[in-house]
This record gives sequence, structure tokens and C-alpha cells, in this order.
Amino acid sequence: MHEMSLAQNVREIIEQAALDQGFTQVKTVWLEIGRLSCVEQEAMRFCFGAAMQGSVAEAAQLEIIDTPGRGLCRNCGHEAEIENVYDTCPQCGSYGLQLVAGDAMRVKELEVE
Amino acid sequence: MCLTCGCGSDEVLIRGRKPLNKPKAPVNFKLHRIESKVAEDTQRIVKLEQDILHKNDLHAQRNRALFEQHGMLALNLVSSPGSGKTTLLVSTLQALQGRYPLAVIEGDQQTEQDADRIRATGVSAVQINTGKGCHLDAQMVERALPEMPIPEGGMLFIENVGNLVCPAGFDLGEFAKVVVLSVTEGEDKPLKYPDMFRAANLMLLNKCDLLPYLSFDVALAESYARRVNPDIRIIRLSAASGEGMDDWLSWLEQQRPNAN
Repeated sequence: MHEMSLAQNVREIIEQAALDQGFTQVKTVWLEIGRLSCVEQEAMRFCFGAAMQGSVAEAAQLEIIDTPGRGLCRNCGHEAEIENVYDTCPQCGSYGLQLVAGDAMRVKELEVE
Repeated sequence: MCLTCGCGSDEVLIRGRKPLNKPKAPVNFKLHRIESKVAEDTQRIVKLEQDILHKNDLHAQRNRALFEQHGMLALNLVSSPGSGKTTLLVSTLQALQGRYPLAVIEGDQQTEQDADRIRATGVSAVQINTGKGCHLDAQMVERALPEMPIPEGGMLFIENVGNLVCPAGFDLGEFAKVVVLSVTEGEDKPLKYPDMFRAANLMLLNKCDLLPYLSFDVALAESYARRVNPDIRIIRLSAASGEGMDDWLSWLEQQRPNAN
């Protein structure tokens, strides 16, 4: 379950920010998790709680910003929202859409005190 | 607990030819430019916009720079458990030995058995045991590199933990990911595990000598792989019988940094 590794990375990013920015408690963490990233959102929620134990974000609420996938057709240039990386172009039916959004995994912002 | 791979850092074992080095101190990476705005007196919003894999990617960049500096072709071999990666690797090393400097990094949760199989060919191998970890990350590879002679101008094969899910997201600094699918698995693996087949440049369809005894539909499997990744190159082979091995060896030679 690589979500545990990723949650540990989130903790490290938050702790470094706490040192740089001088905050001692995090109330809310906003993570952007693209629907086509390699992260299962429920697994991330589970791991987040475990990974933040003993950190400044121990009591933090996790908000996941769920961004849809978007693909650009290499054949006809049409851009559309997609559910899977192997979806066909809704305009011309060809495979091989180039992913232009929806695979990000980012710590967007924190509400701190 | 290890902040990179999520497992206890003491659980990650790197077994090379030299005594174990102590894990390096965590690298202090600078955050992106941070803007803050005061929401109230004590509460505020800190904008980070930082990629969760940022740290792994920094280690991967360092590995990649080292591979380029030494003119090495570094490949990340990924597959489900039991696809025949290690057997394929042993056959590959036997064919290439004496022509190029070679080295192997083996990733498994437990045991040094795969590294021992590689060492029996005479090629240097470092075993990384990830403990509970389900994939190799760039920092583990960076720690393993000083444990082996650098294959200057040659090839480094990194055999990842057998897992078609987790290793997809972790750049190790490799030139390319090579995914191994065996014909004793399902044709629809590329659709079930699209991230891995999308991340790979080459798919090796292994154990093709068994096709007469199976109902595996090669064309269907290949069409699924191309649906996920239209640019993927596919080579059918069998490490056991040797069929198709020449195509794979030619591909390897063409990818070398100084190959034309």
C-alpha cells in the first residue's frame, strides 16, 4: 500500500513547513488528488490518520480536492474529461489520449495556528 | 518510521558486498516559495502547492545524473510476482556478460535469494529488502549504489518488488521502465493495472514457449497494452527457451547512451 509512503511524505512536507513558517498546530490539510493519479482516496484517508500521529497535524482534518482526469486526443485534438487512462476520444473514437490533468498529488495548503 | 517509503527505516536492508552503511541523514530539501496570508490573529492559511513525490523525484534526479555521468543504461524492471523477471534477468546477463560492464539491484520484501541467483552468474548484485514496503524508491537505490562497482558505460538492471501497482508512481532515476507480463497471467492485466503499463516504455511478454498449452490471446493482451499506452514497444519472448531473446538484447543495445 504505497499510500502509506505518500502519507509519510505529506507529514514530512508539513513538518518542514512548520519549521519554516513557525506554526505548531495544523487544523486542516488540503490535498489535491487527481482521479487518475496512482492514489486511492480512501486508502489515503486511512493512512493519513496513522501517519500524522505525533506530528503537528495529529488532529488535522483532511480535505481531499478531487480533480477529474482530462485527456487530449492525439488524433483530432479534442480535449475531454475521462474516467480511465484507456478511454477513447468521445469525438473520433481513437485510443491514446494524452493525460493533461487529473494525475496530480499535491499538498495544496494548510490551515494552521 | 522511514519518511520516504512508509516502512520502519530499520526494516530496509541493503545487502551488498561491503558492510552495511548506516542510513544517511534525511536530506533537508527547500520547500517551494511559500506565501502566507493571515486569516485571523492566530489562524492562517499556508499555501504549499508541493508535489507529494517531490522528495523522491529529487533523489531520482540525482540517480539519473549519476547514471548519465557514467554512461550507464539503467532500467527499472517491474511486473507481478512470478512473471519470470529473475530468470529473464539471469538469461540476459549470461548473454551480455563480457560485452558490457553489468550490475543488478534486486528489490524484494524479504530474502537474498534473487541476489544470490544473480551473483551465481558472476555479476555484482545488491539486494534491497524493503521489509513491509511494497516498492523501491529513489532513495533506496541511491543508498544501494555505493555498495556495488559502478558498471561504467554498461548496464544497471533494477529489479523492483513484484507488484504491478505501487512501483508505477516512483521514479528511481531509470532511463525506462520495462514491464514483464507472462502468458500464464490474464490478458487484461494492462487494463486492470493501467498505471504500470502507461509508465513503461517496453513490455516483455514472457513465457511464450508455453503458449501451445494455454488459451492466452496474445493479440488481445497486446491491444490492451496499446490501448493504455499507444507508444509501448512489445517484445514476445521466453527466457526458458530463448525465443525472442535476440530482439530484447538488440533493444537493450539500442538504448545505450552512446549507441547510434
